[in-house]
Parts: sequence; structure tokens; C-alpha cells
Amino acid sequence: MSTRRRRADGGVAYLDVQGTLRERTVDALRDRTLRGNLDTAATSWGESRDAMREGYGLDDMRERAREIRRSNIRNLPALLAEMQANVREAGGTVVRAADGAEACRYITGLARARGVKVVAKSKSMATEEIKLNEALQDAGIEVVETDLGEWILQLANEHPSHIIAPAVHLNREQVAALFREEAGTDEVPDDREGLVAHARVRLREKFAEAGIGVSGVNLGVASTGTVCVVENEGNARLVTSQPRIHVAVMGMERVVADWDEAAHILQVLPMAAIGQDAANYVNLITGPRREGESDGPEEFHLVIIDGGRGALRGTEFEEALSCIRCGACLYSCPMWRSVGGQAYGSPYSGPIGAVITPLLEGPSSPASRDLPFMSSLCGACGEACPVGIPLQDLLVRARARSSSPATRASGLAFRAWSRLWRRPGTYRAWMAGWRLMLRARGKDGWATDLPGPGAGWTQVRDMPTKWPPRR
Amino acid sequence: MRTCLSDAVAPSVWKASKRVLERCGVTVKVPRAQTCCSQPAWTAGHPDQARAVARHTIKVFSGPEEVVVPSGSCAGMVVHAYPEMFRGQPEEEAAIDLARRTIELTQFLAKHDLDPGPGAPGPVTLHDSCHMLRVLDESRSPREALAKGGCEVREMQHTDRCCGFGGVFSINFPELSGRLGEEKARAAVESGAREVVSCDLGCLMHIVGVAHREGIPLRARHVAEVLDR
Repeated sequence: MSTRRRRADGGVAYLDVQGTLRERTVDALRDRTLRGNLDTAATSWGESRDAMREGYGLDDMRERAREIRRSNIRNLPALLAEMQANVREAGGTVVRAADGAEACRYITGLARARGVKVVAKSKSMATEEIKLNEALQDAGIEVVETDLGEWILQLANEHPSHIIAPAVHLNREQVAALFREEAGTDEVPDDREGLVAHARVRLREKFAEAGIGVSGVNLGVASTGTVCVVENEGNARLVTSQPRIHVAVMGMERVVADWDEAAHILQVLPMAAIGQDAANYVNLITGPRREGESDGPEEFHLVIIDGGRGALRGTEFEEALSCIRCGACLYSCPMWRSVGGQAYGSPYSGPIGAVITPLLEGPSSPASRDLPFMSSLCGACGEACPVGIPLQDLLVRARARSSSPATRASGLAFRAWSRLWRRPGTYRAWMAGWRLMLRARGKDGWATDLPGPGAGWTQVRDMPTKWPPRR
Repeated sequence: MRTCLSDAVAPSVWKASKRVLERCGVTVKVPRAQTCCSQPAWTAGHPDQARAVARHTIKVFSGPEEVVVPSGSCAGMVVHAYPEMFRGQPEEEAAIDLARRTIELTQFLAKHDLDPGPGAPGPVTLHDSCHMLRVLDESRSPREALAKGGCEVREMQHTDRCCGFGGVFSINFPELSGRLGEEKARAAVESGAREVVSCDLGCLMHIVGVAHREGIPLRARHVAEVLDR
């Protein structure tokens, strides 16, 4: 039984998240194991990715990737129409869902209609976004995650902490403990290969039972109606070919025009995501099994989700739709590295998550409106992004759009600030007052307890009242 | 441009910058009417309030001169954000013009190949502030300026990583900001230098403030102050 809750309003953030965003960062900072695990992962990613930058000129590839994705988004309606026509031509079914609830209704309805009891899934952020697992379970259907990381999280009953590496916040010992619990025996190896072999055996049993395989889509290629599913474990190949029905769930922005564009993006994706020059498996799926073919599902359904994406076209946030979900901005982000993805309370964490979660949910959603503020605007994300999304600019714009009691209070404060600081006389008077206050509060060159907004400063650090500061 | 942080906490920074420039033979004007680049309101998500202050800054710094700023962050704000902030506004042209004329102090020294003469000998460790590094795309000019001035720089680990200051972020998420500041302060001390320098006063106030609270033996000075002596 899952304790994860499903939401009826089509929101993106999780509803079972406790406390405020700041409280969650404080909890995460206390967890030393978490910090160690995140740092190991981010450092190893950084080293591999740097090798790609040097070996393949990843930075130069970014310009073309950016152009491709921007033109995809500009031409989105036409590309989606082409994609849809070509998938149907190949014998597949295409469903356009306005939101997650509609997509979930379609998929659970399909499962019921075909009498399916077990659904096997490969890793997909889109299904995490629409809370498909919860919808299927509520309909009495068993869901098995077949991606190693996702299966680990299913056993731990946790949310993913990274777009590409969902269980990256857990270490080997923690995983071994979960496997022992699931298997009901201590006879589970605790070395890396042994754990993978154990998972493979347990999961293969499930493939045979599954009537539907659900996958995500990394890219849709409009010119041929092909969906690309990129993976490193081979489980997605089984999910998309073994069960009788394959349902592919795609965010509407994930479409490129043709194979020329797809080839470039499919190269950039693993380089940025995991610092490898190719993914282990790239599954290219065009419709269901055809006559005379021996492999593949009998039915192929492509579910294309809007979920608030379409409304971003033509706005100052349009470039957020260029995202290819590689997770590079997460690894590069000092905040994500410090607290992990779960603190964000959304399947999309890190800088891109802090931008798109409130965009998809609306500016006043309590679950996500604070996210754009959890950034020092250091720009490491924009530098890491392989499709050149100016994430730090989008974070600033997302802050301006956010609406909460806190933003209204800060709006009033900055209104007063603006009136004082746009005139030299009042500015100088303000500065004189501030310096008097510093002098009054200072002792031996340091203030340790400032009033008002300064309290946030002196909570964790002192304020030098003399400069250069005294020791 | 003096910068508001220098006005508020460290007037010695803009005064040192002025002396360094004058030693290079540059004529320096410090407009008395200047206030702030408006970055605090802009990054806090209040563009209208920011624009009103930035409008004043554009007016104060109209004219043909280059505008030298002893801060990568304030310079980056003018260079990078002003064109966006004033898009479609009556001041758009003036904003773009100011963005073109604005330059960070050590970048100005490098651009005109200026040598202020000997500065403090160090050793110091240099924190690459994020806006210097990633908005202005600059990591060489402060190192060149320090080297010319005869100052020994001992590089710390991960000098390109954020110190966690982030303006309003430092107050909205103090625990997270403080943790990153502590990591930065420890990396700075491990370099073997006892003093951290940077082109950005905001980062320095934060790093040295955390260091003082945590008992980490670290001094801090702005690059301009090191070049000044």
C-alpha cells in the first residue's frame, strides 16, 4: 500500500511532503549520509562530464542543440500534428491529454478494458508528474517499476531525487537493506554487481505477468512518428516490447522535426546526463508490431500531455520547454548538491524543477511557489545546460511571477526601499541610519544580532561593522 | 560606481578602487547622486521597484565615460539585466548604452593594460564570485591584476563553486546559505592563505561572517584593497 497520495487537481508537486521548503532544507542538511551520497554522485558526474567537454566539444554542440529545441518549440503545433499522423499511419493510437488527470483516466481505462492486472514501467518523469502509479493502484492494478533506481524507491516508498538517477541519494548499504527486506531473506549480496543481479532476477519475473508496459519518451521524431526511449539497463526495451500493450507517455514539448535533429539531441543527452558519449540502449519505436514481425507489442498508445506546457509558448518562459530532462543542472547546482531532490517536493527538482514546477502548477500554488527562491542565482545551471536554457534568468522571472504572503510582504518592503533608494538624499539618510545601527549593535567589530530582515543574516553569520573585518 | 554594499559596510572598497585607478593615471569621477544598481529588488522578484531605482542609476551615469564598478555582481546586473529590465521602456536605449559602458574594476585594468604598481604581497586566496565568473565570464582579470601587483595567490579547491551568499537567498534560506559559506571558508583556509579576496564584497561579507561565527581563522579584503596596498 502506498502512502503517496494522488492529487485531483492535476498539480505536479507531491502532496505528502511535510513542512515548508526551508524546513525541508534544514532536515536534509542534518542528514550526513545524504550529503556524502550526493557529493559522491555530483563529483563523479562532474568529472565524466568534463571529459565530454574536452573530448567532444560539448560546449560547441550546445549552440546547435539550443537552436534545434527553440525551433521545435516554435513549430510545436505543426510537429505534434505530424507526429500524431505518422504514429497513426504506423498503426498506433495517439491521445492528447490536456492534463495529468485526463492521461491517467485514459491509461487506467485502457487497463480495465483489456483486463490487465499488472503494469510494468520503465523510468519516466512524465508519469511521475501525472502520478500515474497512484492512479493505477487506486484502480486496483499492480504497478512494477523495472528501472533499478525506481524499483529501489518503490521498495523504500520514496520519491525520486534526480531526473535521471532517481535513487542517487541512497548508497549501496541502504539499497542492500531494502532488497533484504523485500526478499524476506538475508541472502542478498551487498556488492554492486550482486545487487544488480538480484534485482534482475526479481524483476524478470514481473515482466512475464505484465499486460501493459508503460514507458516515458525522451524524444518524439515527427517525420517518422518514432518515439526514442533512452536507457542504460535494458529494462525499457523489455517494457516496450514484452507486454501485449505498450503505452508511451510524452510531455508535448519532447518532439523534434526529423532524424538529423534527433541524432544531435541523442548525442548531447547522455553526454550531459551521465558524461558518456552514448547511452547503453536507445530504443526507437514506430507503432506496434507489424504483420510478419516476430517482436513487439500488439498495441501501441502514445499519450501526449499538455499539463500547462502549451500555455508557456510565446511567454518569457518559453525556453523552459527546450529542456531535454538530462539532469545536468541538478548535479551542477550547489543547492541540489546540498539537500538533494526530495527537499524540493516535486518530481522535477534542481534549477529546472524550481522553474517549471510553479509554471505548470500556477504562481500561487503553496506546494511550489517558494521554489524559485531556493537559488543563489550562481548560474552553474545555465552553464551546465546542454540546450542553453538561461536558467538563472528564468529563476528571476519565476520569482517575479510567484505569489504568496511572503512575496506580498517583500513587495511592500521593496516598495518602501524603492522610494528611498531612487533619490540620493533619502538614500544617504538611509545609509547614515544603517551605519548608526551597525555601530550601536557592533561589538569588537562584529554585530551578532541584527533586527528585522538582518535577523536572517545573523542567524548563521556575523556582520562585520568595520572593514576590512577584524579577526 | 560605489555600490550600495560598499556604502553600507565598507566605504574603504570604493575609496581603494578610486586610488588604484588614479595611480594608473585614470581620471575618476564618483557621482555623489548615485545610489544602487537595483539588484536586490530585481532578484527578489520585484522588477517594477527595481526599475525605478535603476532609472535613477541610468540618469546619474549618463555621459560618454566608462563606468567602472568594484563588483562583478553589480557590473553583471547592469551589463546583463538592464537590457531585459528596460525592454520596451522609454529608457531602453539609455539602458543598453550604460550596459555597454559598464565594466568591472579588474576587467577595466586588463582592458586598458593598466598597472597600479605594487600592492599587498599576500598570500591570499581568490574566490571567483559567481557573477564575475558566469555572468561576466571572467576569471583571469583579477588574477592578472593581483599578479601584476606582486600578490601571491594560493588557489583553493573548487574556487568556482558558489559561496552561498546569493543576496536575498542568504536571508530566505540562512541554513543552506550558511552551510555553503562554511564550506567555502574552510576551502579558503585549506589553501594555506589566511586571507580570502574577491571582486565581490557581498560574497566576502558572507564568507567572513560565517568564518567568524564558526571560529574559522580567515581574514577578508576586496581585490581593490589588496591592489591599493
